[in-house]
Amino acid sequence: MIRVVLPPHLTTLIGVHGEIEVDVEVPASQRSLLDEVERRYPVLVGTIRDPATHRRRAFIRFFACEDDLSHQHPDARLPGDVESGREAFYVVGAMAGG
Amino acid sequence: MSSVRVLVGTRKGAFVLTADGTRRSWAIEGPLFGGWEIYHLTGSPVDPNRLFASQSSGWFGQLIQRSHDGGATWEPVGGQFAYDGAPGTHQGFDGTPHPWEFSRVWHLEPSRDDPDTVLAGVQDAALFRSTDAGESWHELSGLRGHASAALWQPGAGGMCLHTIIVDPTAPNRIFVAISAAGVFRSDDTGVTWRPINRGLRSEGIPDDDAEVGHCVHRIALHPSRPHTLFMQKHWDVMRSDDGGDSWTEVSGNLPSDFGFVVDVHAHEPDTVYVVPITSDSLHYPVEGRLRVYRSRSGGGDWEPLTTGLPQEHCYVNVLRDAMAVDSLDECGVYFGTTGGQVYASPDAGDTWSAIARDLPAVLSVEVQTLT
Repeated sequence: MIRVVLPPHLTTLIGVHGEIEVDVEVPASQRSLLDEVERRYPVLVGTIRDPATHRRRAFIRFFACEDDLSHQHPDARLPGDVESGREAFYVVGAMAGG
Repeated sequence: MSSVRVLVGTRKGAFVLTADGTRRSWAIEGPLFGGWEIYHLTGSPVDPNRLFASQSSGWFGQLIQRSHDGGATWEPVGGQFAYDGAPGTHQGFDGTPHPWEFSRVWHLEPSRDDPDTVLAGVQDAALFRSTDAGESWHELSGLRGHASAALWQPGAGGMCLHTIIVDPTAPNRIFVAISAAGVFRSDDTGVTWRPINRGLRSEGIPDDDAEVGHCVHRIALHPSRPHTLFMQKHWDVMRSDDGGDSWTEVSGNLPSDFGFVVDVHAHEPDTVYVVPITSDSLHYPVEGRLRVYRSRSGGGDWEPLTTGLPQEHCYVNVLRDAMAVDSLDECGVYFGTTGGQVYASPDAGDTWSAIARDLPAVLSVEVQTLT
């Protein structure tokens, strides 16, 4: 079970509070995790990744275990602590403001 | 008794304002979709309880929300807008070819006949249609396939298709306006298009009367006179009496002919409203006085409407989709500002009051007259 923390805009959209948990086969990757998130919550298709290319949207970041995973290959294996549920996978809206 | 529902899209959510036919006391509901940009919120003329909202975010992309109960509940539906075929290129800000790239829906235009059919104008400029109430969208790609498309270029707000008008007497005739390309007309339900910009002159482009390239901010018509169109261009208020084939300037005695909105009285096809803005570099009212101008003669001769509007220290803007009229016996006029006020006049513009204050910047205002 992988824990995923979504930004408030998206938790509002899917009507949940706090983090979500999704079943993903191990070894898991960004791609397999986000595929499962989008399968469970189809309204999220296009909000995290481009719906056609599946590339991360420009102002979205992926963090886990205090590392920025945004630029890792989508098929790279996620950290073990994320796979085990010890640490959450964070989908973050990039900081903006003034 | 009749009632009025005002649908307000803002930078940070949507608001629904309701009143009975007297339009004296207003209830405000919202924010709906808090934190998201709502470029447009509108209802079906066939089924007024069916509403559509364009919900977007620079971070999270585009969604379309749909309501079947007048906005009490909503469901996200299709937000996928894929250009037909190879997207091609238009001119970028730097003059180089730039691939067409979808970013948001600016305007939704539900059909007057079918509650499941909706048109959408998007950035980068294109026209889409849904025939399943917003679930799926297909481009009417004849517009973007026009020979001039490679020359279209963005205005400061992006290259957006922001106005869609379907001729109420001839549904195969569609007008769209694009910043900064101009007005286009189809007479075959959106299959083929031609630019209709003859008579426009724009100082900000190399050839001031070019066939395309004009930054048209808004067009409007009265349903009883569909050959007469009014336009607020970047600069200049214009009028056409031949379905857009030619245009003449009707700025007349306006204190500035720069602005964004233009609309027509519900019952008087020659009564037109604009909100003059100082200039293209000063996007606020002339002299800090918020004045709606009304012409009762189809343009040329304009009177300021000021009662109830701030007449000093007012530096808001009124964006292109942020004015609407109701169809009660005494026509109501409504507009929203970037300062978050929504002003209403229950007497065709003679007097005004703020029916909402301190909302996020208003992007769009639509009005439903309910019976």
